[in-house]
Amino acid sequence: MVEEPSCSLTFLYGRSQMLADRDRIFTNLYGYQPWNLKAAQKRGDWDNTAALLARGPAAIIDEIKASALRGRGGAGFPTGMKWSFMPKEPREDRPSFLVINADESEPGSCKDREIIRHDPHKLIEGALVAGFAMRARAAYIYIRGEYIREAETLFAAVQEAYDAGLIGKNACKSGYDFDVFVHRGAGAYICGEETAMLESLEGKKGQPRLKPPFPAGAGLYGCPTTVNNVESIAVAPTILRRGAAWFASFGREGNKGTKLFQISGHVERPCVVEEAMSIPFRELIEKHCGGIRGGWDNLLAVIPGGSSVPLVPAAEIMDAPMDFDGLKAVGSGLGTAAVIVMDKSTDIVRAIARLSHFYMHESCGQCTPCREGTGWMYRVMERLRTGDADVSEIDMLQQVTKQVEGHTICALGDAAAWPIQGLIKHFRPEIERRIFERAGDVREAAE
Amino acid sequence: MADRHLAPDTPELRARWGMFAWTKPNAKMARAIIARYPPGRQRSAVMPLLDLAQRQVGADTNTQGWLPIPVMEFVARELDMPAIRVVEVASFYTMYNLVPVGRFHVQVCGTTPCMLRGSDDIMAACKARGMAKGGVSADGLWTLTEVECMGNCASAPMVQINDDNYEDLTPERLDAVLDALAKGKTPKPGTQQPGRHTIEPIGAPTNLAAMVSANYDYRGEW
Repeated sequence: MVEEPSCSLTFLYGRSQMLADRDRIFTNLYGYQPWNLKAAQKRGDWDNTAALLARGPAAIIDEIKASALRGRGGAGFPTGMKWSFMPKEPREDRPSFLVINADESEPGSCKDREIIRHDPHKLIEGALVAGFAMRARAAYIYIRGEYIREAETLFAAVQEAYDAGLIGKNACKSGYDFDVFVHRGAGAYICGEETAMLESLEGKKGQPRLKPPFPAGAGLYGCPTTVNNVESIAVAPTILRRGAAWFASFGREGNKGTKLFQISGHVERPCVVEEAMSIPFRELIEKHCGGIRGGWDNLLAVIPGGSSVPLVPAAEIMDAPMDFDGLKAVGSGLGTAAVIVMDKSTDIVRAIARLSHFYMHESCGQCTPCREGTGWMYRVMERLRTGDADVSEIDMLQQVTKQVEGHTICALGDAAAWPIQGLIKHFRPEIERRIFERAGDVREAAE
Repeated sequence: MADRHLAPDTPELRARWGMFAWTKPNAKMARAIIARYPPGRQRSAVMPLLDLAQRQVGADTNTQGWLPIPVMEFVARELDMPAIRVVEVASFYTMYNLVPVGRFHVQVCGTTPCMLRGSDDIMAACKARGMAKGGVSADGLWTLTEVECMGNCASAPMVQINDDNYEDLTPERLDAVLDALAKGKTPKPGTQQPGRHTIEPIGAPTNLAAMVSANYDYRGEW
């Protein structure tokens, strides 16, 4: 029996009315209208950008800090603070760079694609504003290779912006020179890791670098670099226009703003939608996705932030606020807000085993625990899926995930470990049932 | 790590591709690509140039193209970098084909979000048409690959065929797309679900309804 959410939730999690359309940043999210410059300007993009820049780098960074925007790529690091790490006076021989992470490859994530193909000028204007604030010479937008048509749109939009004098020499007649380049990847999830992305931009295999030095000290070509997610950059101009207080009026303390949620899997109407942070899971699904397939009683589990975060069983997620802290409290994370919904028809062990296959496929091969561990974990997961295992192997798998986690240069090892840990934590009886059933079958056959 | 191997470096391969050079338009394009990176950092252009080379090989062979060793060596010379560094890049990134592929490269996404929406049936439909993973079909038309998440999760399941995505598939909708391609037609890319535009919730709009019919400017309501 599913209980109705109590009204105290509304009190706890702040405003619970649906986000009004006038407060949505990505108004052309669904691409009903053209992406081109003229149409984007009519929607309010590139509206007197020179005035935004005239506020000066320090004021722009302060406004972004005050808006409490946290990075939208998964880690949730405060964006304004990240920008403030960049040198205030770049040296002539060591220019600063902004690198925009459009290598969206996290299973479940499909928001940056919509920004790029339907609202690319928000991203390009954001690149100028952010680049100016951190005194960068140029921005490189690293778009994943599989986004072929999306990259075509982005190249064309950048060209439009150059032709209109919005970027390039004396961008927006501000006196500031700023270039925007697009760089296409070629099919490697790991390039979404910021230092792997820099390696890839330099023309190498995308293998993460050890930190420190951090990119703000020595990044692209050894120069100071900030790597930001597409969504973090694309919301910046609107925040500046409407003010930090407006953005911070959505969501709970420490989890402010609006956010693109991407709901996939077993809902009636999967979609991408911009909503206020901290919206309760149930409300998000009811308002935009037409509910869970087969009703709320049919919900099994949810992966709320893309494949790298642990799954959350139905009872715990139903009324959880969809934000960084709310999902941390149920043992998971907001990640990219890629919500993968699984109903009771799901073979949950297979769903996670398939993610293990993903991490095996995407391990860059640099660190041994990850290179060997992801393959090993996948093979054990496949045996657990069919029950062809011993019960003691569940604990062994758990131990191995702990040995991979935290013992690699980048977080891919952790990301491969967490979904399995979540499965064992919440669905151990299901794994054991398969093992016992299969063992019983084998015994029966022998008799 | 993905299991990937180079095509053997044989005299026949050298004879066929040893003289590889840019076509005139591609030479111009290559110069424009290299200009995106700072002077002395031309090595950054290795990924776009490999893509360009693969597409040129594809145009030469009426397929989706691949990267024979001599073509990688050509790119290395263009960028003044050791050939092994180019081979490393080509073998690391999965979109570079290290062996020949067919005219249509059918890439079925099989990762969990697509799996939950029925990618097993999509893969089975491809196999039922005689495609096999990794190889080229007897008529030279089809190469089938199972790929990892393509970022179309809200319109799953999907396949990418050459440069276009086909989303919200069922086996019947996929068959219609493949039949059209085989006949030399160009099926409409994007979602194949009737009544859906892109990745909005299907049915009556739950948000941004004013945008459906007009390029609405919300600034008046700020």
